[in-house]
Amino acid sequence: MAMNLSILVLILPFLTFVGLAFFGKRLSGITAGIIGSISTGIISLIAAFIAFNYWVMSDGKSTMILFNFPWLTFNEHLAINMGLLLDSLSIMMVAVVTFVSFMVHLYSIEYLKGEERYGSYFAYLSLFTFSMLGLVLSVNIFQIYVFWELVGVSSFLLIGFYYQRPSAVAAAKKAFIVTRFADLGFLVGILILSFEAKTLDIPMLIERLSSPDTLTSGNIKMHMVGGLSVISIAMFLIFIGGAGKSAMFPLHIWLPDAMEGPTPVSALIHAATMVVAGVYLVARLFPVYFVLTPEVLHIISWVGIISALLAALIACTQTDIKRVLAYSTISQIGYMMFSLGITAYSHGETLGYTASLFHLFTHAFFKALLFLAAGVIIHAVHSNEVAQMGGLRKSLPTTHIAFLLATLAISGIPPLSGFFSKEAILTATHHANPVIFWLAVIGSSLTTFYMFRLYYLIFWNKPAEHHRHHEHALFSIPLIILTLGTLLNGFIPFGQFISVGLEKVQISFELGMAAVPVGGSLLAILLATLWYAKSTSYPDKFVSLLKNFYRWTYRKFYFDELYQFVTHKIIFNLIGRPIAWFDRNIVDGTMNAMAWGSMYFSQAIKRIQSGNVQSYTMYFLGGVIILLSILLYAYGYNLIN
Amino acid sequence: MEGIPLLHILILSTALFFIGIYGFFTRRNLITMLISIELILNSVNINFVAFNKYLYPQQLEGIFFNIFIIAIAAAEVSLAIAIIINLYRKFNTIDIEDTNTMKH
Repeated sequence: MAMNLSILVLILPFLTFVGLAFFGKRLSGITAGIIGSISTGIISLIAAFIAFNYWVMSDGKSTMILFNFPWLTFNEHLAINMGLLLDSLSIMMVAVVTFVSFMVHLYSIEYLKGEERYGSYFAYLSLFTFSMLGLVLSVNIFQIYVFWELVGVSSFLLIGFYYQRPSAVAAAKKAFIVTRFADLGFLVGILILSFEAKTLDIPMLIERLSSPDTLTSGNIKMHMVGGLSVISIAMFLIFIGGAGKSAMFPLHIWLPDAMEGPTPVSALIHAATMVVAGVYLVARLFPVYFVLTPEVLHIISWVGIISALLAALIACTQTDIKRVLAYSTISQIGYMMFSLGITAYSHGETLGYTASLFHLFTHAFFKALLFLAAGVIIHAVHSNEVAQMGGLRKSLPTTHIAFLLATLAISGIPPLSGFFSKEAILTATHHANPVIFWLAVIGSSLTTFYMFRLYYLIFWNKPAEHHRHHEHALFSIPLIILTLGTLLNGFIPFGQFISVGLEKVQISFELGMAAVPVGGSLLAILLATLWYAKSTSYPDKFVSLLKNFYRWTYRKFYFDELYQFVTHKIIFNLIGRPIAWFDRNIVDGTMNAMAWGSMYFSQAIKRIQSGNVQSYTMYFLGGVIILLSILLYAYGYNLIN
Repeated sequence: MEGIPLLHILILSTALFFIGIYGFFTRRNLITMLISIELILNSVNINFVAFNKYLYPQQLEGIFFNIFIIAIAAAEVSLAIAIIINLYRKFNTIDIEDTNTMKH
């Protein structure tokens, strides 16, 4: 059976990781890169084959659980299983992850060439691919958590790949600590949920918690805490884990810094795959959210729209090309999140779910494309700052076209893929919550504005350079393939493939609906063209008009400073220091006192053991005399009588 | 023999015992210390013989112990002399003060 091949999707990257981790240093030249790419290429073929079998050869609606075995058994009701869960959602994710990962592997062969830790880089990439695939294929929510942490570790390793650079080390630590902090919520949520639902198995969890009679049958007792059911709290905590990984406000601070890693890594992890893990998690547990805890979905939708708008605003002011793209990632994931969230407002309609995953799918392609193109630009210019770029349209023609198409796609210009998915999101939002809809339209126009600002600053703005930079074939091929994906993905009838229940969703477009966001985007393009196509003074004038607001936005609304203040000033001073003092003086002090005491005592009694036989006999005699006098004192009376 | 009272013999053996103890504590020469130990053992022997003779003349346990002690003393002397000879070979002296490195 074809589906059994799915185990290879996990085994191959893992073996590649182990092999490259141990022997990667001995491989010369680009061998490690080729091995990694071949392995990823094979699994992306397998993934395509599985997807083909699932949707074309069968009805595309069944849920399969393969290789399921109990890994840890607590009691007869609760066990942690390991296995592979194959349904439409996980197969779609596997296809996206393997494909983008393959593109990034190909690209990295050339991009990282000559790097000292070339083998380790590909080992880490394989580890990342393995853990991400394990995450999306997990059959058990605890298994998701295990792979979730593995994803965190591999992203830590990849962000800190240039470990000689202090900023990269700081970024890796920041990413790890922030996501780890959020994962605490995830873990607590899992534990509460397992207590309430008596299972950790995802299909069983969904069946128990989201069947129509869940609320009425009384099988699941709803414990209430402060007016909220415990399950709501658990689901909210699980969402915090997802928000940390997906860089949602206010846990978004790690993602822009994570751009310290090599650019292909940013393309793979921080744009296309890892950061959507949070969206995947909410989508995986979507029936539970939808039926049992719509109030958490309300929170999710507001967190999503706030992240989308905030990140879009910040992206308008940043000058580091990867940082702009990072904020656009946060913004787009915000779209996916609120699209999931607004289903709670829409009276039983679940178009938002399909739209969100559709956007996840198209975004993976065009965002990976944007990052890989940015990598080529950085490779050519040797700088991340847009001020160093400009006028590159003639010197990097392939990259120019790819970047332009991806920019059009993310702006939602028809007929590129971004238009279809964003339209689906906006349509679903319009039906559900008009406030969020209008905010989302504003966000979409902002997206267009900052993306075209970036585009013009890189490729126009200065007289065209005619010096032709070399675009290596291994750069161009992934760019071209991803461009094709960006062009064509929108025409996939996504609603036929992925929906909440068994019935298919028709993603329809109303002309009136599409006119508003597309019109806004076209206006934004016009504005960006006026301001940035040539070097003009408009932006500076505008900035001086909104001086304070610009400074706030440019400083990313001081979130880093706020976190710095909270962690360093409040947590370190009020909690850390007293605990450190207690540890140093009380805990260590007790131990030290015991050590000093025994040392002095032993030094004092050391003299007794002089090695002098005669003094030993003196002690002996003294002991005998003392014993004798005690005995005489105690029993002497008896002796006399 | 009847003329010597038991008390005199006990005084003799006590004196002998403490002379031995004193010698053992004060002498630095290992041979002299060995001789002091012999004095202590002999004072005990005298005690055994005297008590046997004066209190239980029909029995022989005191005499047996006496012979035991003499045999053990002989064995002990041969061991001690062997040790002393080895010490002499190692340290070139039989002064007890100079052999305190033996504690290690």
